Amino acid sequence: MSAAILFWSLTIAQIMLALALGCAAYRMFKGPRAQDRVLGLDTLYVNAMLLLMTFGIRYGTSLYFEVALGISLLGFVGTVALSKFLMRGEVIE
Amino acid sequence: MKSVAELPLWAALVVSALVLLGAGICLIGSVGLVRLRTFYQRVHAPTLGTTMGTAAIALGSIVCFTVLKSRPVLHELLIMLFVTVTTPVTLMLLARAALYRDRVEGGEEAPPARPPEGTKRS
Repeated sequence: MSAAILFWSLTIAQIMLALALGCAAYRMFKGPRAQDRVLGLDTLYVNAMLLLMTFGIRYGTSLYFEVALGISLLGFVGTVALSKFLMRGEVIE
Repeated sequence: MKSVAELPLWAALVVSALVLLGAGICLIGSVGLVRLRTFYQRVHAPTLGTTMGTAAIALGSIVCFTVLKSRPVLHELLIMLFVTVTTPVTLMLLARAALYRDRVEGGEEAPPARPPEGTKRS
């Protein structure tokens, strides 16, 4: 019983997160300007991290947690670097 | 370690509700990213997913692994704290960069600069 509940709810949650990934990818490819693309990339990172956490719950290992932590760190650094680039034209001043 | 299928029913219900709630909020935020019109409206939408969505899914993961391993497993708090602290920083940097770019180009989208103290607002 609890296995079926978990299976279906995790499947639905993963489908929803995949749709969210699609929305973020649409905004990243469509634009219209550079800041929209950076915003889409940031959302893509967060949604992918949450998708990995649901995979971790489904398979019952904490390996996915480490990957999710790495992705969230990289997303932060990447978005900050890209915003600095949009602001000044260079990343490190 | 026991597998996820051996969770008791109440824990399965709690985990399912939290994960579905978090995923739904993330989906709403991302749909807002697609549907809102200007950049300054769109920059607000993903914060739904990064605050409440992340918190709900991380809480679900905490409940799941705490019940499975019969001891407190709190390392998802790290992700929750990290994402909640860093998102405002990145989005404020991004909004300032967009404001700067819009004002340099003189587009109509950018909100006007604040007038200096003592001048009358028109």
